[in-house]
Amino acid sequence: MNKLTQGVVLLLFGGAILRASVTDLYLRYVKEGLRPFLIATGLLLVTAAIMTLWYSFRETPSDEDDHGHEHHGPSVGWLLILPVLGLLLVAPPALGSYAANQAGSVVAEPVGGSDYPALPAGDPVELSLVDYASRALFDAGKSLGGREISLTGFITVAPDGSPMLARMVLSCCAADGRPIKIGLDGRTPIDVPADTWVQLTGVYTARTAKDPVNNVDVAYFDVRTWQEIPEPKQPYA
Amino acid sequence: MSSPRLDAEEPSHELDAGPPSPASTSERRIGSLEILAGLLVLLVVFRDPLSDLVSGPALQTWTTVFVSVLVQAAPFLAFGVALSAVIAVFVPRSFWAKALPSHPALAVPTAGLAGVVLPGCECGSVPIAGSLIRRGVTPAAALAFLLAAPAINPIVLTATVIAFPGRPEMAVARGLASLVVAVLIGWLWLRLGKNEWIRLPHRPELDTLPKWQAFWAACRHDVLHAGGFLVIGAAAAATINVVVPEAWLTSLAANAVLSILVLAVLAVLLSICSEADAFVAASLSQFSLTSRLVFLVVGPMVDLKLISMQTGVFGRRFASRFAPATFVVAVLVGTAFGVVLL
Repeated sequence: MNKLTQGVVLLLFGGAILRASVTDLYLRYVKEGLRPFLIATGLLLVTAAIMTLWYSFRETPSDEDDHGHEHHGPSVGWLLILPVLGLLLVAPPALGSYAANQAGSVVAEPVGGSDYPALPAGDPVELSLVDYASRALFDAGKSLGGREISLTGFITVAPDGSPMLARMVLSCCAADGRPIKIGLDGRTPIDVPADTWVQLTGVYTARTAKDPVNNVDVAYFDVRTWQEIPEPKQPYA
Repeated sequence: MSSPRLDAEEPSHELDAGPPSPASTSERRIGSLEILAGLLVLLVVFRDPLSDLVSGPALQTWTTVFVSVLVQAAPFLAFGVALSAVIAVFVPRSFWAKALPSHPALAVPTAGLAGVVLPGCECGSVPIAGSLIRRGVTPAAALAFLLAAPAINPIVLTATVIAFPGRPEMAVARGLASLVVAVLIGWLWLRLGKNEWIRLPHRPELDTLPKWQAFWAACRHDVLHAGGFLVIGAAAAATINVVVPEAWLTSLAANAVLSILVLAVLAVLLSICSEADAFVAASLSQFSLTSRLVFLVVGPMVDLKLISMQTGVFGRRFASRFAPATFVVAVLVGTAFGVVLL
């Protein structure tokens, strides 16, 4: 790998990161808060690439001879083409039902003590899956009482064939993504393929089950209506 | 991956530092740039078949995890590379002689504690430690820094406190145990380590070029070098992530000793960034707190992507001794702290 090639590889790598971070592509892989750092990283890499190209064009042949042996950069650098390929050409989708089925549901911990704040206004009121599961499991649904609730997630199929609503929870990047799963009761979406995004409205039900993967309690939701929706901009919870 | 012609040329350049014969430069018809251009054209032409190739759910998940590990690590890599280039080019050698105690046995804990103030994850600290050794810092101290920095900085400890609500002792145990491991490994290196195990790449340009040109040369070299090994590590971590179903692990959680070993090995295989591993540990709720502490102590110090990067930066002879030694010490110290504090 000569200097010029190294410069081009750096430019591609920096450019791929820059492109992913100025569009919404990066949201499929990492948390929103990383965006400024990704942009800074892309700019640093692109600058390093431009400086490399600049110095190597300006260099006279005699300069090259002076330190010719450092022209061959690390061969392992070729591998940086792979993430460029991944980001620019393939752009894999956000984690979906395959990942959700492989890992156990997250434990929806009770939020500081036993008192849950009253639900926000709205009819139906929109809740995150984690919030719903936490209120349903640790508060026995008391704070959910009688309200119509709206949940958004993708469909995943449990080992027994019944559909479940799921969303991946990231703490840092997709490598640590873990699913939050909700069992479905009532008028469940039928004949919807896995990975379809849906918005459900319904009410709390006391039914629970165990996630077969890690034996964690899974809350259920009594579905009244449902509709297919496009994948949200922020696919993770 | 480079052309055989390039590979054949490299040793001759290494051996005689003199100018290459003019024939070798004019003879080269297909250089790396042409290979790269050809590769890119092929990739764009075969874009659709390539996308189809990764359309199966397992392979797709693999690609997503692989890309996300790299996207997540890129800012930390860039920060580490930039800082190590500053150390290599702008910080005079005399600074380190003044900043660190002259006795190596005292320099080790000082360097370990210096890791507290430097936020960042493990991908950044490998090139920084390489730079420190290059600038004359005793390897034992640089290695203590390498181990301590990713594990005990404020961001990581805050994340640990958040991930284990109501259990602040988890973060305390993590910080103390990690610091102890870093210092022990540093001292162990002083007693048993041989400096010839470390083979830093020869980089004369850092001293001969004008400062800014040297800075950018160092950045370029480190991104390609450490970044390339990061790609290997990310691929390994993505494979483990997709191949090992969690249900296997659950059956092992009941046995106290086995669960510690399982989570220690899992920390090595998963290669999660130190800023995120606390959340993963929190979700492994079927395991004992002590085994999860070991997971948090081992993870930032030994994992697949770190081993890959250390092999690249310090050489194979170093990595093959350093990683197992660190693993054993980290498991023992982590278990001891878990038994006493948790």
